[in-house]
Amino acid sequence: MTSVPMTQSSAAERDAAEGPYLQVEDLKVTFPTQDGPVTAVSGLTYSVEKGKTLGIVGESGSGKSVSSMAVMGLHDAKSAQISGSIRVGGTEVVGLSESKMRGLRGNSMAMIFQDALAALHPFYKIGGQLEEAYLVHHSSASKRDARRKAIEMLDRVGIPQPDRRVDDFPHQFSGGMRQRAMIAMGLINDPSLLIADEPTTALDVTVQAQILDLLQDLQREFNSAVIIITHDLGVIAEMADDVLVMYAGRCVEYGTCKQILVAPEMPYTWGLLSSIPDVTASTDARLIPIPGNPPSLLRPPSGCSFHPRCVHSDKVPGDLCRTELPALLPASSGTAHLKRCHLADPLQIYRTEVLPEIAPELVEETR
Amino acid sequence: MFAYVVKRLISGVLVVTLVSMAIFLLFWFGPSSPAQPICDRETSNRCTQTKLALYEKTLGYDNPVYEEYGKYVKGIFVGRTLTIASNDYECGAPCLGVSFRTKQPVKEELVSRIPATFSIAIGGAFLYLLFGVPIGVAAAKRRGTVADKALVSSFLFISSIPYYLFALLTWLYLTITFEVPFFSDTGYFPITEVGPFKWFSGLFLAWVALGIFGCTQYTRFTRGAMVEALSEDYIRTAKAKGLPTRTIVYKHGLRAALVPVVTIFGIDFGTLLAGTIFTERIFEIQGIGWWSLEAVQGRDLPVVQATALFSAVVLIISNLLVDVVYSVLDPRVRLS
Amino acid sequence: MTQDPNARAQIEPTEVGANAAETGDRQLTAEGSPETPDAYGSHEISIQDLDFATLAEQGHTATKLDPLAPAVLSVDNLKMYFPVKSSGVVRRTIGHVQAVDGISFEVPKGGSLGLVGESGCGKSTTGRLITRLYKPTGGSMMFQGHDLAKLSSREMKPLRRDVQMIFQDPYTSLNPRHTVGTIVGAALEVHKIVPKNKVLPRVQELLEIVGLNPEHYNRYPNEFSGGQRQRIGIARALTLNPKVLVADEPVSALDVSIQAQVVNLLQDIQTEFDVSFLFIAHDLAIVRHFCPEVAVMYLGKIVEIGDRETIYGRPHHPYTQALLSAVPDVKQAAIGGRRERIRLEGDVPSPINPPSGCRFRTRCQFAQEICAKVEPPLLQIGPRHKAACHFAGELGSHPATPVTTQLLGVDDQGSPVAGATPTNTQLTIPGYEETWYDLKTKQTTGG
Repeated sequence: MTSVPMTQSSAAERDAAEGPYLQVEDLKVTFPTQDGPVTAVSGLTYSVEKGKTLGIVGESGSGKSVSSMAVMGLHDAKSAQISGSIRVGGTEVVGLSESKMRGLRGNSMAMIFQDALAALHPFYKIGGQLEEAYLVHHSSASKRDARRKAIEMLDRVGIPQPDRRVDDFPHQFSGGMRQRAMIAMGLINDPSLLIADEPTTALDVTVQAQILDLLQDLQREFNSAVIIITHDLGVIAEMADDVLVMYAGRCVEYGTCKQILVAPEMPYTWGLLSSIPDVTASTDARLIPIPGNPPSLLRPPSGCSFHPRCVHSDKVPGDLCRTELPALLPASSGTAHLKRCHLADPLQIYRTEVLPEIAPELVEETR
Repeated sequence: MFAYVVKRLISGVLVVTLVSMAIFLLFWFGPSSPAQPICDRETSNRCTQTKLALYEKTLGYDNPVYEEYGKYVKGIFVGRTLTIASNDYECGAPCLGVSFRTKQPVKEELVSRIPATFSIAIGGAFLYLLFGVPIGVAAAKRRGTVADKALVSSFLFISSIPYYLFALLTWLYLTITFEVPFFSDTGYFPITEVGPFKWFSGLFLAWVALGIFGCTQYTRFTRGAMVEALSEDYIRTAKAKGLPTRTIVYKHGLRAALVPVVTIFGIDFGTLLAGTIFTERIFEIQGIGWWSLEAVQGRDLPVVQATALFSAVVLIISNLLVDVVYSVLDPRVRLS
Repeated sequence: MTQDPNARAQIEPTEVGANAAETGDRQLTAEGSPETPDAYGSHEISIQDLDFATLAEQGHTATKLDPLAPAVLSVDNLKMYFPVKSSGVVRRTIGHVQAVDGISFEVPKGGSLGLVGESGCGKSTTGRLITRLYKPTGGSMMFQGHDLAKLSSREMKPLRRDVQMIFQDPYTSLNPRHTVGTIVGAALEVHKIVPKNKVLPRVQELLEIVGLNPEHYNRYPNEFSGGQRQRIGIARALTLNPKVLVADEPVSALDVSIQAQVVNLLQDIQTEFDVSFLFIAHDLAIVRHFCPEVAVMYLGKIVEIGDRETIYGRPHHPYTQALLSAVPDVKQAAIGGRRERIRLEGDVPSPINPPSGCRFRTRCQFAQEICAKVEPPLLQIGPRHKAACHFAGELGSHPATPVTTQLLGVDDQGSPVAGATPTNTQLTIPGYEETWYDLKTKQTTGG
């Protein structure tokens, strides 16, 4: 991918030689409930290198937030059972002691959340909350150092008059500024991994664009590995190097941004693409919803989790979709592109059936 | 902030005025003549129409009500001389009337009763906050566990007993059944006269009763507020920053949970200060609650009037304080 | 009341009911219902017989413009000022939030006008004014011969049934203690439109229209998923056969895959019942799909209004251009990297004390002296296109000198020219004129 020109830095090359900064393998997260165990994430494998951005797409309940919270170790050990492997900078964090985990959290990995007004404490000053994040990982630093650092970070994320605004409370900031402050807090310890959970969902488009710019600038500057969780495919298209599509707790398609959004091979991804209009698309493009609702994780569908909503399962012989979970196999467009679907030639179906309906103007180009 | 307090004080004065009017009117237009109780008392229940008329005339009950209310209000500010039958009673400012029974100015007796009531209220509230809030926090941290469930249900059980019954049982068990020595002699003994030891032992049972009962309630308030606070997004943020659990629970969680608890406490504490009738009656402590009960039984109208006015004032002040504290605790209120 | 029989005839479940029964998601909910009260999680749904071609046919293309449609609602110079009180002992009014400040537009019969803009631009306030949740400070809203802005609450009551609202949040806008039947049927009882024994059949009919199982009328909102709740909200709005529906962010709280279901449903409803929509949303792509005409608001004013092709294809106002350039585009994936965009500096100024002249000037890269002095009129510059900018022009070809000077009788710096006669009489009418001001020739032209 061309979007993030990272490779000129020698640090980046060294990091690349060490392998991905975050490696998740066969992750499974289960919550015991009164009605039985709910498997929110299952068999999830992905990796993110430093300087690269992974976009995770899915609907509510798809497990996209749950899996990221597992990486951060934010699940309550009493209520979540986590198995598999999560390696952050070479350290295995599944089963890591709480005190060691605490040393990583907010330090080598940080997370920013969707609703900054709710995610910042309403009773403490912005500066105080930033200082706290700094001091907890810099025990030798003085309060004054922390304050200087907080002002510096607020300045870095583009908050005007940071030395004055540092003493404001979150509710005195505008929505965009709160999200900037949230990002400043996440990056104050220079983390190598940043997880942004719907970072721009509640924001206006112009503010969203500013925040996305900021995230990209900072990523370049700090050479961090970034995960962006969102349901907005437009944001994914502009920000992500790799994309992971999740459905009902599983990865259903994984590949580069271009592979996933230009040559998708899983009907759920098609559904996502066809159910959003586009500001530049032809007005003859049809808006085709995914029928039905996301499944219950308590009683997930048999076989392929998507089969009850899939309008292409008639092209798969027999009862395969209903009875057998498709494996995550390489797609036709490249070995790095994985998909979980029984369809024999999905790309052909996408190009001849789906694309003419949802983006008639693109049909010519792809032929 | 200052303007806000001034505004609240002005409205507070307004409310007190209205309350005083309401109380005044209530007795004036009561089922029997307001002079009837004192007439009965002075004549050993042989009050005749002539005698009643005499009392009504000297007490001013034959004048228009607004005129007498005016005198009453004036008396509060500058004092007045009250005439009952043929005797004059001096009543210095702030004059709240003269007790029909003791013929003493009500204000003086009120002042002398305040220490007892305030001792009970402060001691009881101190105890239930001291235990209620930390137990509530501990329960919230362990929410859903067996210990939490056991605690909540047992405290709910205690809370559902009527307070007077609970206080009575406390008294009964601790003084009669188990004959706990030394604490059994309940009552209010001024610390200046008998020393702290006697003062403490006299009030101890009242504090225990009030403390335990209040503790069960405050545990539940705190637990509820804490559970809510701990499920907020900013707690997740605090955790994601890598803060230790202690900081997350106390600095981030409890700080937010305290706001509703303080609000409830302000109102509760005001009510306690205005007189704890059951506690004072059961533990024989002669505070304001006891006194007002006595006044009602003895139809001592000036005292009833004064205690009602006193509780109105105390409640208004405590409400104002709650709002001030609230705005100190929550910057969103302070700065808007 | 006089139109009652007529209106009811319109909504008889002739074709509509049959159509709705055939749509895919309608089947889903019907069959997914039997044993699970948890409507959200039911996976017993079977759409095996639904193939892609059938589904695609039910998906709609963007709504087409009907240029001949008469206006059903005509809003002229609408204003809403909210007083701002001081914080002292005596609360004096020290200013006004000019939430909506003199906007004019028309909603065509059976068509949709989109209202876009960022938070705080006044688009939601506009929706609330039209449904008369607020009483406007000034201006008029002509609807079927009545000026909604001037009516008292009592006079408004019979008209309320004609102007209904769909809210954003399907979780809070439905009373959790009432059954769906009560929620949807409430308006029928309030307005006493149908006899009591006909309420239930009508409710079931409405549930069927919006693609819910009519047998679920006795369930509570919490038994439905977000998308289904929004359908309930739509059914409630449809109960009284409204002529105008104000949809305030109707899909933004829903999952992506559900959004399309609801948008398609709204399009179905529009064609079946000939309802006009005022569609308020911050999602520019959804608005583009649903609304053949779009108005862009900034700080209480309409800065540009026109048909879809013009607004999205050839916007002339710098704010519209900036807004559109900021929308992330899925097609960017094929190219890689970020889309080029116009960067706006700073935040939206306070509506209590908006900038003088053009309100956008503080963030506009083309702003000159005239912009601070003279407010640009919302000038008709094409057959269906108006823009409020002294330097209106397509992206990359904004004129160097103001285009409005002749009309306003000012020089290029915005100072009045002695003896000049401003000719801006036609500037604020709600609809479009036959003639317009041509930016190239600076003459009024037509056809």
